[in-house]
Amino acid sequence: MAMTLDVNGKPLAVKAAPDTPLLWVLRDELGLTGSKFGCGVAQCGACTVLADGQPIRACVMPIEGLAGVKITTIESLGGNSPLQQAWVKHDVPQCGYCQSGQIMSATALLAAKPNPTDADIDAAMDGNICRCGTYQRIRAAIKDAAGMAPAATPVAAPAAPAKS
Amino acid sequence: MNKILSPRETQGATRRDLVVGATLVGGALLVGCSPGDLLSVGAKEDFGAFGPFIKIGADGAVTVISKHIEFGQGNHAGLAAIVAEELDADWTKVKVEQAPAIAKVYANTGMGVQGTGGSSAISNSWTQLRQAGAGAKAMFVEAAANKWNAPAGEITVKDSVVSHAKSGKSATFAELLPEAGKIAPPKAPVLKDPKTFTLIGTDRVRRKDSQAKSDGTARFTQDVQLPDMLVAMVAHAPRYGAKVASFDATEAKKVAGVVEVYQIPTGVAVVAQNTWAARKGREALKVSWDESGAEKASSDTLAANYRQWAAGKGTLPEKTEWQAFETKGDAAKKVQGTIFETTYDFPFLAHAAMEPMNCVAQVGTGKAKLTFGSQIPTVDQLNTAKIVGMLPGAVEIETLFAGGSFGRRANFQSDYVAECVEIAKKVGKMRPVKLVWTREDDMAAGYFRPLTHHALKITLDKDGYPVSWRHRVVTQTLMKGSPIPTKGVDETTVEGTKGSPYLKATPVVDAQVLMPDVNIPVLWWRSVGATHTAFVMEHTIDQLARKAGKDPVAYRRTLYEKAGATRHLAVLNLAAEKAGWDKPAPAGWSRGIAVHESFGTLVAQVAEVKLVDGQPKVGRVITAVECGTPISPDQIAAQMEGGICYGLSAALYGKISLKDGVVEQTNFDTYRVLRNSEAPTVETHIFPSGNAPSGTGEPGTPVIAPAVANALLALNGQATGSLPFMKA
Repeated sequence: MAMTLDVNGKPLAVKAAPDTPLLWVLRDELGLTGSKFGCGVAQCGACTVLADGQPIRACVMPIEGLAGVKITTIESLGGNSPLQQAWVKHDVPQCGYCQSGQIMSATALLAAKPNPTDADIDAAMDGNICRCGTYQRIRAAIKDAAGMAPAATPVAAPAAPAKS
Repeated sequence: MNKILSPRETQGATRRDLVVGATLVGGALLVGCSPGDLLSVGAKEDFGAFGPFIKIGADGAVTVISKHIEFGQGNHAGLAAIVAEELDADWTKVKVEQAPAIAKVYANTGMGVQGTGGSSAISNSWTQLRQAGAGAKAMFVEAAANKWNAPAGEITVKDSVVSHAKSGKSATFAELLPEAGKIAPPKAPVLKDPKTFTLIGTDRVRRKDSQAKSDGTARFTQDVQLPDMLVAMVAHAPRYGAKVASFDATEAKKVAGVVEVYQIPTGVAVVAQNTWAARKGREALKVSWDESGAEKASSDTLAANYRQWAAGKGTLPEKTEWQAFETKGDAAKKVQGTIFETTYDFPFLAHAAMEPMNCVAQVGTGKAKLTFGSQIPTVDQLNTAKIVGMLPGAVEIETLFAGGSFGRRANFQSDYVAECVEIAKKVGKMRPVKLVWTREDDMAAGYFRPLTHHALKITLDKDGYPVSWRHRVVTQTLMKGSPIPTKGVDETTVEGTKGSPYLKATPVVDAQVLMPDVNIPVLWWRSVGATHTAFVMEHTIDQLARKAGKDPVAYRRTLYEKAGATRHLAVLNLAAEKAGWDKPAPAGWSRGIAVHESFGTLVAQVAEVKLVDGQPKVGRVITAVECGTPISPDQIAAQMEGGICYGLSAALYGKISLKDGVVEQTNFDTYRVLRNSEAPTVETHIFPSGNAPSGTGEPGTPVIAPAVANALLALNGQATGSLPFMKA
């Protein structure tokens, strides 16, 4: 019942049942634990990854619908993307648990709108909850990153090796 | 002039600290041991030359060992900076590592046990870490003095480089390490004059974990992957106090990946090879519950009872009585003046940390290891030891980052930890078990900020200032389940009303609390008693000022001067000045101010508010904070920003309700929280102080709700008698 997922530019064979949400395949089977579990019902955005460049909530996305879709996770950004640099510069994270999801939503936003307005940020980021309340710095970091580079395009990087 | 109290003298958490400590050490003292020693029996103690708080590698890199968990507060940056300042280490290369669980060495000096809470990480470590840093520095200085045959007094240290100007000699920490490591640490290291600090209080003190938390590599409990690890989910009873009557695991065991199903004290655990299998297995379980001992209270009924009791009506439950927590003057004597009466209702609140509660446990014969975000490791050790049957000190804990806590990870029962240990004990053989709670598990599990009611009757003199203050609070105690019985008032539930400068300025005070026993688990929630007392005191004061026809800032000034509350006055004036209180509010916005002390820190906030579709929208919040010596101005600002969002989230939307004992909210769709577009822009201003530092993790939280309510009062003259602002 194995299927192949395109994760961070690599075709990866996965053994999980087809109804398994992408999040648990990424985390438990592929060892990509940057994307987090927060609510399981697409309410908090901690699990946000990109599917063909669009932000999706991996916690409610069964893998059976994802054949041929390019999945991009936080691990592919390399740690030094303009957004990640801005995140560090502004010391955005507090507990940090939601930040992978925040950065993935912001990555999709900047790819679509290199110079987002406040209304664009509201629309793109309201699906990502931060209980520590880092919202103000998230907004500042997005604006900063928008000024840093034309667009924060995800860089393909190797995924962690699949576990047996 | 009034003496400015040090944070320790005013710290609201003191009693809680003592109770936690006393609880744990009570038994130890009976057998004549020092508590730290007893709780540490069986622990490995193997520290390097520079003691338990500092490691210096062969490359000279300094690692500071944090006895406190980092779950957002930024304490790792502050703790490391204290050491780096005294050691004169190169701050850019300083790293932070989490301490193991050894109460004897890593106890919170305010609690007597190892733990993080009460906004105390920095304050309780201040002297301890300064001494550690200064001690290590002295070892390098002495090593250099010996090596260069120079007087120690002529040796200087800067950025991990030791120098002797006269001879022109210098050496790095790395180069001097072999000699310095052999020097005996000084017994009483000389600390710097704070005037000479070059790192503390500067913008260079920034977080050390931002990179790892921005690239997905920071390790949380949820991320733990160990060889052979199993994942567990537990079917919990729908009501507190219910027990498993029977269960049928036939279908659950058919789910691919499910390994075993166990009955444990808190329910039925499905253990599987991965998270999704555990979840599907749990869905396939059939469990019947014995609800004979279950709590079936509804929050609406409880709230109605609380209101009745506070009004002196109805019959009090058995063994429940009013207890005075602040009394002054003769309350029975009739006082002349205008009467002002008001009541407030506050709902249960969930902490709803981003990372649902979880734990990884391994249990073998007479041994156990926990890997998770442990907030009070000593308590978690004790509760684990009880289940496994071993010495608490021998329970190994590796503390990871936690995705928030806000108080939730610190409870006397170690609820989710104990649950994980029970399962790991069934599995045995030190095989790792990761207990995963879903958001629904987390929200239904209780440990809420308690439902609370306040009723006030204040008599005012001809100028509109209080001459007598009658105050009644009804709320559950937070100390239930503490291993030693608590007598008298649980002060954590009334802190903020107790000790208020407004009560100090009032000649007659009669303040009492009623703590009914309800089987709904409650717990401290970021800023604890202040979550409701700050609202009650600050919103009441604005109503009194309005009634007196006085400006709320001027009215407060009069009372603070009367009470000798100089620190309150300082932050009030700073916030008012920075907000331009003497000028009209920005067009279209209404303004409200509130001031509150918690955990030894003073916070004043001016909130700019307007109504959008009938709901309050907060634009800008100007915050003034006085927390003693500021270590990291940037992280103090971050805690004000975050604390305000956390408090505003609850003020706008937060409400947990129970119907016949069942929690009605399940996830973020029914327990609404603040989102990015709703977050205010916070401006933080730090009032300079040379006192010992006090905490900032909690004190920003309780001030925002009354500031918003006061802005609404100014806008439309309507007072807010209950939270949240948004009604259903």
